[in-house]
Amino acid sequence: MILGSFLQSENFVYVLYIVAFGLFIYGLSGLTGPGTAVRGNRIAAVGMAIAILATCLKHGMGHWALIVVGIAIGTAVGVPAARQVKMTAMPQMVALFNGVGGGAVFLIAWVEFRESHGFDGVATYITIFSLFAAIVGSVSFWGSNIAFGKLQEILPGRPITLGRAQQFVNLLLLLGALACGVAIAAGSHQEILMIGLLVFAAVLGNLMVLPIGGADMPVVISLLNAFTGLSAAATGIALNNPALIVAGMIVGASGTILTNLMATAMNRSIPAIVAGGFGGVVTTGGGADDDGVERTVKSTSAADAAIQMTYANRVVVVPGYGMAVAQAQHAVREMTKLLEEKGIEVAFAIHPVAGRMPGHMNVLLAEADVPYEQLKEMEDANAEFGRTDVSLVIGANDVTNPDARTKADSPIYGMPILNVDESGSVIVLKRSMNSGFAGIDNPLFYNDKTSMLFGDAKASVGEIVEELKAL
Amino acid sequence: MIASTLTTNLSILVLAGFVGYAVISKVPNTLHTPLMSGTNAIHGIVLLGGMLVLGLSGDGTLNKILLVIAVAFGTINVVGGFLVTDRMLEMFKGRKPRRDAEGDPK
Repeated sequence: MILGSFLQSENFVYVLYIVAFGLFIYGLSGLTGPGTAVRGNRIAAVGMAIAILATCLKHGMGHWALIVVGIAIGTAVGVPAARQVKMTAMPQMVALFNGVGGGAVFLIAWVEFRESHGFDGVATYITIFSLFAAIVGSVSFWGSNIAFGKLQEILPGRPITLGRAQQFVNLLLLLGALACGVAIAAGSHQEILMIGLLVFAAVLGNLMVLPIGGADMPVVISLLNAFTGLSAAATGIALNNPALIVAGMIVGASGTILTNLMATAMNRSIPAIVAGGFGGVVTTGGGADDDGVERTVKSTSAADAAIQMTYANRVVVVPGYGMAVAQAQHAVREMTKLLEEKGIEVAFAIHPVAGRMPGHMNVLLAEADVPYEQLKEMEDANAEFGRTDVSLVIGANDVTNPDARTKADSPIYGMPILNVDESGSVIVLKRSMNSGFAGIDNPLFYNDKTSMLFGDAKASVGEIVEELKAL
Repeated sequence: MIASTLTTNLSILVLAGFVGYAVISKVPNTLHTPLMSGTNAIHGIVLLGGMLVLGLSGDGTLNKILLVIAVAFGTINVVGGFLVTDRMLEMFKGRKPRRDAEGDPK
């Protein structure tokens, strides 16, 4: 009896929460290196298990059957999804997991409203944090779903905008949600206001992400991640639960850092990305340069590319989203293995925003067993292009575009890029000459050093592998 | 003076923000995807919120339905997030011992 009441006492539960968030922080600090990361993640998972256990011990808990049903459904959906998802589909999986988190947040806020009859007799600050959680959670849920739809190609990846009205409409929606919130906080108990708030936020979430082009996805996914984290922290304050506050806030911080890093790596401000653009930019030039000079591209064959690389001392592979789409990572690994066997130094130059989420390329290459040490971040990679004989660009475009350095009126001007044009020669693997996702012309393709190998990235790399074996 | 619940919680909020910032800043670009899905799993902690509201009150059919969905959502977030992160990180770890001899002795 005494033990039972101790186990259910508020203090014991609180202590377990402290243990849990301590483990979250300790676990996450393991993510700083590949050697400790697996353990770090598992430690954080243990923290989560403890937090869940502590919640079960809380005095007065009931409705066990329903809780079990909820957890069972979640497990039945989450486990197979996580087990089966392909590494190339990771961005949409993360978007989806992020979305359901946001969904849980706004549902909780809604039920709190209903149970307290419109926050009747609830401290004002709790009302405010609940309403904040409701708005941000709803934006995050719908925004993440749209991001998922775009990445999964259920929705068209190109930006869908309302044109000039976009920002104005978004602002109105935000004001609408806030107005409902203010009315509730001021004492109105009408449920229609709460539903209105959630609907305004939902439409806002949709309209925020629909105009985002594929190239901007890493920023948006990070931002939505931060949103869900912050809304969870707000829920924590509303429910007076320290585990939620700490965990939510850490995710908020992490998402904010990532969002900033991504935006910096594209030389774009976060508001500009959220306001839409990039893919909406008018395509400049076709085959002709600004001064009207006709430019030509040199196309090459897999055999020539293979020979070119075997004569190199150092080959740098620059992967982009095209590699992910073609699922070419294993073929690429096979190719670099063959090159290494021939005594050629191989490295991978990875732009922070290559792909559709932060670190996307690294995950794919790790899946294909590329050694961690060969993965070079942008700054390190750029320092060494000068002594690189061949750069092999696989399905990357904007992150190699020299216009970002030189052409002041280019939409990507000022974005840090991988200076592949400094290497001895460049081979670009590309499906066709159609401009990439962002619709921006890339002078790299017309450079004298550059030869183009057209075709599906996986097929092209496969052919190069065959040629290398034959040499 | 005894701090109110609000001020205590706000202190926790602010400090957690700084701790998060300090810890996460050290994560290299290479591990950003696992970081993202790992932190993703952590914000699945809203699962607790769903459990608490459902377990401590949860009256009315609609409320119950909404909360069961919330708990299911939270669980997907937690379970899926940790599993997927584990899968990814295993790949990063996989080759490590083969590559550098001075790596961990295991």
